[in-house]
Amino acid sequence: MSEAFRPENAEQLREAVAWAVGAKSPVEVRGAGTKSSIGRIMQTDKSIALSALKGVTLYEPDELVLSARAGTLLTDIEKELAEHRQQMAFEPPDLSALLGSDHAGTMGGMIAANLAGPRRIKAGASRDHFLGFSAVTGRGEIIKSGGRVMKNVTGYDLPKVFAGSWGTLGIMSDITIKVLPAAETQTSLAFLGLDPAQATSAMSRAMQSSCDVSGAAHLPPPIAALSGVAAISGAGVSVTVLRLEGIKPSVEFRAGKLKDSLQDFGQALGLDDEASRALWAEIRDVRYLSDNRERVVWRLSVPPMEGAKVLGAISELQDVRGFLDWAGGLIWVDMPASEHGNAQLVRGAFAGTTGHATLIRAPHALRAALPVFEPQTAGLATITARLKDAFDPFGILNPGRIYA
Amino acid sequence: MPEVLPETMRRRAEIISALKQICPGESVIDTQSEMRAYESDGLTAYKQLPLVVVLPETTAQVSAILKYCHDNEVRVVPRGGGTSLSGGALPLEDGVLLAMGKFNRILEVDYDNRCVTAQPGVTNLGITNAVEHNGFYYAPDPSSQIACTIGGNVAENSGGVHCLKYGLTTNNILGIELVLISGEVLRIGGKHLDAAGYDLLGLMTGSEGLLGVVTEVTVRILQKPESARALLVGFPSSEDAGKCVADVISAGIIPGGMEMMDKPAIHAAEEFVHAGYPLDVEALLIVELDGPEAEVDHLIERVSTIAMDNNSQSIRVSQSEEERLSFWAGRKAAFPAVGRISPDYYCMDGTIPRNQLPSVLAGMSKLSVKYGLRVANVFHAGDGNLHPLILYDANAPGELEKAEDFGSDILRLCVKAGGVLTGEHGVGVEKRDLMPEMFSETDLDQQQRVKCAFDDKGLLNPGKVFPQLHRCAELGRMHIHGGQVPFPDIPRF
Ligand SMILES: Cc1cc2nc3c(=O)[nH]c(=O)nc-3n(C[C@H](O)[C@H](O)[C@H](O)COP(=O)(O)OP(=O)(O)OC[C@H]3O[C@@H](n4cnc5c(N)ncnc54)[C@H](O)[C@@H]3O)c2cc1C
Repeated sequence: MSEAFRPENAEQLREAVAWAVGAKSPVEVRGAGTKSSIGRIMQTDKSIALSALKGVTLYEPDELVLSARAGTLLTDIEKELAEHRQQMAFEPPDLSALLGSDHAGTMGGMIAANLAGPRRIKAGASRDHFLGFSAVTGRGEIIKSGGRVMKNVTGYDLPKVFAGSWGTLGIMSDITIKVLPAAETQTSLAFLGLDPAQATSAMSRAMQSSCDVSGAAHLPPPIAALSGVAAISGAGVSVTVLRLEGIKPSVEFRAGKLKDSLQDFGQALGLDDEASRALWAEIRDVRYLSDNRERVVWRLSVPPMEGAKVLGAISELQDVRGFLDWAGGLIWVDMPASEHGNAQLVRGAFAGTTGHATLIRAPHALRAALPVFEPQTAGLATITARLKDAFDPFGILNPGRIYA
Repeated sequence: MPEVLPETMRRRAEIISALKQICPGESVIDTQSEMRAYESDGLTAYKQLPLVVVLPETTAQVSAILKYCHDNEVRVVPRGGGTSLSGGALPLEDGVLLAMGKFNRILEVDYDNRCVTAQPGVTNLGITNAVEHNGFYYAPDPSSQIACTIGGNVAENSGGVHCLKYGLTTNNILGIELVLISGEVLRIGGKHLDAAGYDLLGLMTGSEGLLGVVTEVTVRILQKPESARALLVGFPSSEDAGKCVADVISAGIIPGGMEMMDKPAIHAAEEFVHAGYPLDVEALLIVELDGPEAEVDHLIERVSTIAMDNNSQSIRVSQSEEERLSFWAGRKAAFPAVGRISPDYYCMDGTIPRNQLPSVLAGMSKLSVKYGLRVANVFHAGDGNLHPLILYDANAPGELEKAEDFGSDILRLCVKAGGVLTGEHGVGVEKRDLMPEMFSETDLDQQQRVKCAFDDKGLLNPGKVFPQLHRCAELGRMHIHGGQVPFPDIPRF
């Protein structure tokens, strides 16, 4: 591995970047490195690791706000939140099984990858809960943006730009997010044997109801069979699940109502709190595609009603497995590695509608050969390049990680 | 404001005729009397006639106008409904006012994907109106929703009384069509979630018309909650009310809305709409719970208990939809109500950490004495967004300036308490010069570099947001000492 700086405070971080700027030496930006296998291959011989920038610096449960240094482990943050029955409502997935890394990663990595779990449809992604940060830009300057309050339109919303920027604009040292109460209880309704098109209709109807559904996924038979939840793996057919969270009387009431309104999709199986939690953790963490890491994994975001069609089109390939989350809007698929990663077919599958596909897991050679992130129109590519230039004029931070 | 460009003024006739080429008929307004309607926005203390007003109807026309202005170095100010409270849509003497009023159509309603695509001139309420018959609504609901446009909402990242639970504009939009000052048309997002590449949708939201002109917006719509009930709770002090808010949230309850009013605001509102507000309390809280009836009833009980534990003086729970609306009637009419008890009022918009409320209110009382001006407060209590309304008389010499200074001091107080200058109304011209209270020069320069990425000549809405506009070439420059920075002495492995 390349030589790594391991700054212990924001000033050391600035010094490290300032050196890299001066020496025009491109650096890899690492949290704990749990997602370093995502993105294009970079040419760097130094890295800056955030693992020593650690610790929750502010947590005020009744203000719904938490600040932490960028290198703080997500597991540590989640533990602290759980003690106050709170959570990050966007359910950041733990992709360690999928990617073969040690743990879920860091706060900085979560934001830089704009992680979001199944509650995305109702509660948003990291971006929606990201209130403010301090960072060192590729100019070697410390900047801050946003704040610690819930509502803030003072200046450009740079937290949005940094969320999902994969360390290419600046290196965040301190991050403030909004946290929310965790639901008291949850239940899930599972409909068995629907095909993807029927499932999409069922999920759409559920999302259009006033039942406040907080998760809607469709697991085709081979995926459902991999579940650790007996009722799901034992079904022997596809499973379409809808999650309801909240206080008990409300959850029970909504479950009844949802069952009634979806009667024509068959008798629903109810999952209790424990089974429901276990199932949604699998879905969130994409554990179904973790068994064979030789296989290539794509993640697609499309309009919810297109999910079934897109999954169908990709499934024309031999030996594809996949499932739908976000009521059809999120598609996870894996397939055997091939020379071209089937990028054309995967990205062609949503031609005619809007969306994007990201290569999440692939052998080194494929990541070097393929656009990992969705290729952009010329206009967007120009703005993207200018924005990168505005923060990192010498291209020293994670050069080429998103786009060449 | 930026110095008027004499060259533009000299070429006014030529610019008008070029615009008439692009937008034929009555879409170009150039007489003083007709331009009067556009001289100001919701921040009425500021007035300025524009160079000319143009009302395009198509994206192609917007693109041609902007390209012309870019090529000819003419400044442009976009305008939606003109309700900005920060002077965001204030015209420039040497600027084309690009009014988006003719972009007033809903383009698509897609219940299956739960979204609506609208032109930017559609009003915020217009979107809800288009889907209401199916039980849907668009969640962000600024009090100005009858008049403000969705394009303006995107530009300001507007909120409303329900945003603690349902989010601001930025959390509720999926895609936009955007025209850059160069005339280039970009589509960002669509009907899917999250961005490929940098989140330009997030950046555009709240960019106050400085980065591009929005010509189409796709928003998410939600099914209306099954039921909603509200509590109206009076407290002997704002501390008690504030503590109650904190305890509600600690209990894991996120109400659909949670609004606080102080005594002057309560009295003004009650005199105006007779909502039945208690007049012997120091602070009034409206807490709205929404969802299935079973949930709402349960939470009403819990919130009532919490209120009583916090010394509530009076509690009313709405027993009917009419009663719930009557609780809100006073709050919703708070601005005009204050307008009745004073010739003029000036609305501020700081956000603070909620637990700082008592000390910020105390500080405000001191300032009120110092400036000799009254202040009434309405407060989005759930998310800490404070709207102090400063009462003044613009006809009394020097009072406007006094009110502005008072306002600035209040915002400084908010920043000192860990808060920010503006929660939802934007910086505009109003808070522009206070930006250094919150940001260092480095911070502001970096934000301006973002502007440069979109608008290299600084032609879109200059004079707003940034106290000082630097030239892009200057901002891009970097002084580095090639290779001379010593290898840093920090931990390595
Ligand atoms: C009585 C009253 C109550 C209010 N209550 C609230 C409230 O509860 N919450 C809240 O958040 N705000 C509130 N506001 C403020 C205001 O209504 C919002 O900021 C609103 O979003 C402005 O929309 P508009 O269409 O009127 O925009 P305008 O005032 O016309 O413009 C606002 C800004 O947006 C830019 N802009 C407009 N259209 C476009 C476009 N198509 N493309 C690019 N830029 C554009 C303009 O250049 C300007 O900078 C209130 C205002 C009033 C007068």
